[in-house]
Amino acid sequence: MYVLPVPQMRFLLLFSRQGKLRLQKWFTPLVERERKKVVRDMTLMVLGRPPRSCNFLHWKDLKVVYKRYASLYFCCGLDDKDNELLALEVLHRYVELLDKYFGNVCELDIIFNFEKAYFILDEFLMGGEVQETSKVTVAKSIEASDMLQETMEEYMSKPAF
Amino acid sequence: MPAPIRLRELIRTIRTARTQAEEREMIQKECAAIRSSFREEDNTYRCRNVAKLLYMHMLGYPAHFGQLECLKLIASQKFTDKRIGYLGAMLLLDERQDVHLLMTNCIKNDLNHSTQYVQGVALCTLGCMGSAEMCRDLAGEVEKLLKTSNSYLRKKAALCAVHVIRKVPELMEMFLPATKNLLNEKNHGVLHTSVVLLTEMCERSPDMLAHFRKLVPQLVRILKNLIMSGYSPEHDVSGISDPFLQVRILRLLRILGKGDDDSSEAMNDILAQVATNTETSKNVGNAILYETVLTIMDIKSESGLRVLAINILGRFLLNNDKNIRYVALTSLLKTVQTDHNAVQRHRSTIVDCLKDLDVSIKRRAMELSFALVNGNNVRGMMKELLHFLDMCDPEFKADCASGIFLAAEKYAPSKRWHIDTIMKVLTTAGSYVRDDSVPNLIQLITNSVEMHSYTVQRLYKAVLDDISQQPLVQVASWCMGEYGDLLVSGQCEEEEPIHVTEDEVLDVLEGVLVSNLSSPITRGYALTAIMKLSTRFSSVNRIKRVVSIYGSSIDVELQQRAVEYNALFKKYDHMRSALLERMPIMEKTTTNGPTEILHTNGEAEPSVRDSKHPPNIPQPSSQANDLLDLLGGNDVVPVIQTELPTKPASSGGELLDLLGDLSLSGRMDVKCICFSPFLAIPPMTAYNKNGLKIDFTFERSNSNPNVSVITIHASNLTEVDMADFVFQAAVPKTFQLQLLSPSSNVVPGLNKGTVTQVIKVLNPQKQQLRMRIKLTYTHKGSSVQDLAEVNNFPTQSWQ
Repeated sequence: MYVLPVPQMRFLLLFSRQGKLRLQKWFTPLVERERKKVVRDMTLMVLGRPPRSCNFLHWKDLKVVYKRYASLYFCCGLDDKDNELLALEVLHRYVELLDKYFGNVCELDIIFNFEKAYFILDEFLMGGEVQETSKVTVAKSIEASDMLQETMEEYMSKPAF
Repeated sequence: MPAPIRLRELIRTIRTARTQAEEREMIQKECAAIRSSFREEDNTYRCRNVAKLLYMHMLGYPAHFGQLECLKLIASQKFTDKRIGYLGAMLLLDERQDVHLLMTNCIKNDLNHSTQYVQGVALCTLGCMGSAEMCRDLAGEVEKLLKTSNSYLRKKAALCAVHVIRKVPELMEMFLPATKNLLNEKNHGVLHTSVVLLTEMCERSPDMLAHFRKLVPQLVRILKNLIMSGYSPEHDVSGISDPFLQVRILRLLRILGKGDDDSSEAMNDILAQVATNTETSKNVGNAILYETVLTIMDIKSESGLRVLAINILGRFLLNNDKNIRYVALTSLLKTVQTDHNAVQRHRSTIVDCLKDLDVSIKRRAMELSFALVNGNNVRGMMKELLHFLDMCDPEFKADCASGIFLAAEKYAPSKRWHIDTIMKVLTTAGSYVRDDSVPNLIQLITNSVEMHSYTVQRLYKAVLDDISQQPLVQVASWCMGEYGDLLVSGQCEEEEPIHVTEDEVLDVLEGVLVSNLSSPITRGYALTAIMKLSTRFSSVNRIKRVVSIYGSSIDVELQQRAVEYNALFKKYDHMRSALLERMPIMEKTTTNGPTEILHTNGEAEPSVRDSKHPPNIPQPSSQANDLLDLLGGNDVVPVIQTELPTKPASSGGELLDLLGDLSLSGRMDVKCICFSPFLAIPPMTAYNKNGLKIDFTFERSNSNPNVSVITIHASNLTEVDMADFVFQAAVPKTFQLQLLSPSSNVVPGLNKGTVTQVIKVLNPQKQQLRMRIKLTYTHKGSSVQDLAEVNNFPTQSWQ
């Protein structure tokens, strides 16, 4: 991991208690091999934490903030100078957005609708920064985008180019 | 060809696989189907196939053959396609591939699309993974969107601009005009992203920072409104209005206020307000307080405000929430240097955190505790830290022990306390102590002259109980070897002296030698200690027996030592007491890092006194050769190995390094304080030809008046170094000569340094000393050889 002049979130990962990856968002350029290594390290470290530990870890020169929601671990990598208490709020906000969209969200929703989970994330964060602080606004944007998606009939009849 | 199966169908199927092999088979089958579908250039199902590919990619399977397909999707008119296409691009493509450059045109078009959600998804992709080239090409489009009145697009454009600046910092200037009215926005999304953009610009450019300082009043106003305004359901988090925005504003204020008196003053009030009014029952409030504390500590705040900040951290330490405690300790660690006294007030709370159950908190508390130790609190703190050392997990013990040693060295109120503290560490966590602590401790003990008997007594008692902790046993063995005479003499001022016989001491040392618990290094220490006692105890026969037994030890290291010591008994008994005498005080070196060059009173004491501390621990093998190569007065002394002694791997090796650097390294100027007075005999020049000058300095051996110790100093006044320098000497038959290893075999030119070498001359018949010397070296490419007679020895040197 290299040093950036301005602190930012480096990545956001979701993985299950068995270590299966459910979502990976990278905010800095990393090659496939490096990404795989980060995922491996994160899963090992976070899953290996004793229960009732604090939600912060140190890994290389980064702070890792993680929180478990039901069977999913939400894990993000921050710069050393970032505010980890706020990062917990960011993770929580994302869970709330997922919950609003899916209605009592659970891991299966994320598995079967992973692309939606990404779309929601992309309305909430960009480049590791929060782009919208209102839950209502994010929800409305997702709804409107979903409406824009063609129905099967429309999709079949519409020309691609 | 039938329609490719749907995404959710595939996911369901793959999840039914019971083994990894079964899953792999399903995936391979599906990938093959997808590949042929791609080959057919099927527009209808491309989206579905790419979505499936993305799922399989998340499971860890390769998906690079879908990269181009993502581009085709992005170029499509259908929003469904674009959404998946851009997602695929963000997951499968990265800057290092040329493929992603092909996206630039599509993104450009989409940035100008009539539908804001298309524009949005294009901005998002650019803002997430745009390369420097793409950013350069599209920065103008982003800048345009930054000025739009559409807040949905404006906020995304702001973050996209942040990414562009991160990739191509030179483009920062072009966004400056668009930032003019950003903070006038009411929309929180735009406000938040604008503050992020401003922060990025200020952090990267001092000019921008100066330019944006004028925004401080406006930022203060916005923050105030957030705090004072009533309940806003849209942005509320547990009773706090838009904590994300509050924190970002506090961070920007930090950057603007740093180093600037006026700005710092302008934000003083609001910081105090936030610090006192924020609800602390939930994490969100504490997140804001945390950021406030960081800001207060970084700007030029008045002292009252700083104290307020540290007190907030102190309260954090008492919070039930582990996360808060952890964050407090981390922050206090950062401020302990600058606000030492304020942090000291919370010392007892910090020390209590040593007992916390959480590993991360314990570590932070330990680091902070060490940072807080000073001359006033060292006794109390050490008690706590020693207790911690006893109770903590093994992962902490090494660091804790090292920390205690460092702190004890800096702040020890008395020598006795220091030795006691070391003893406690060795007995509590003796096996976790770092290897380099052993020589440091030995040096400390040596230099605490008045504590010798106390120290050796305590160490003796400790190893009676337990010989499993190697560093403890090593230090104890060394001390018993060195101060065994004090131990059996029954003198001890500091505490009740114990009655120990010579045999008991030897029993302990022999016990260490034979025990399975002892490492080879420890055994080396023990054997040497036993040998040293031969000049301090009277039971020499027992010692001789032990030494001769180990002459056939399987351990090569022990065997070599034993053989050498045997030789010392047999052939060189007259040298034994000189070699094994008490160690002098060693000049302090830095605890970590290499031996320094030391100076005492600015006096240039000529050479290394090799003779005064002949190694009690065996020198590298060249030394052994020296002893065994002594000739009975032949004319020519055999060539002594003149390779530079490398760092010996033997035990006592660490100690040897302290000595080694003093005596045998290339460093010329190392001085040390010696017990015995130096020169009574004037030096002389033995040889001076062709720019090579050799001076002799003399001293007498303390224990044997028939031994003269001569140190040669070779210096080179020419411009060119003299390499492969070898000095040889021969004396008449009635003398015995011993030549020790030289300090170096290069005599640097222009008198930049000297090569020293020690000659020991045994002159039992007190005859006039004469010497023939032979010099060989390479100079300016050619090899030089010279013979000379040295006859001008001062009378005192041989009488």
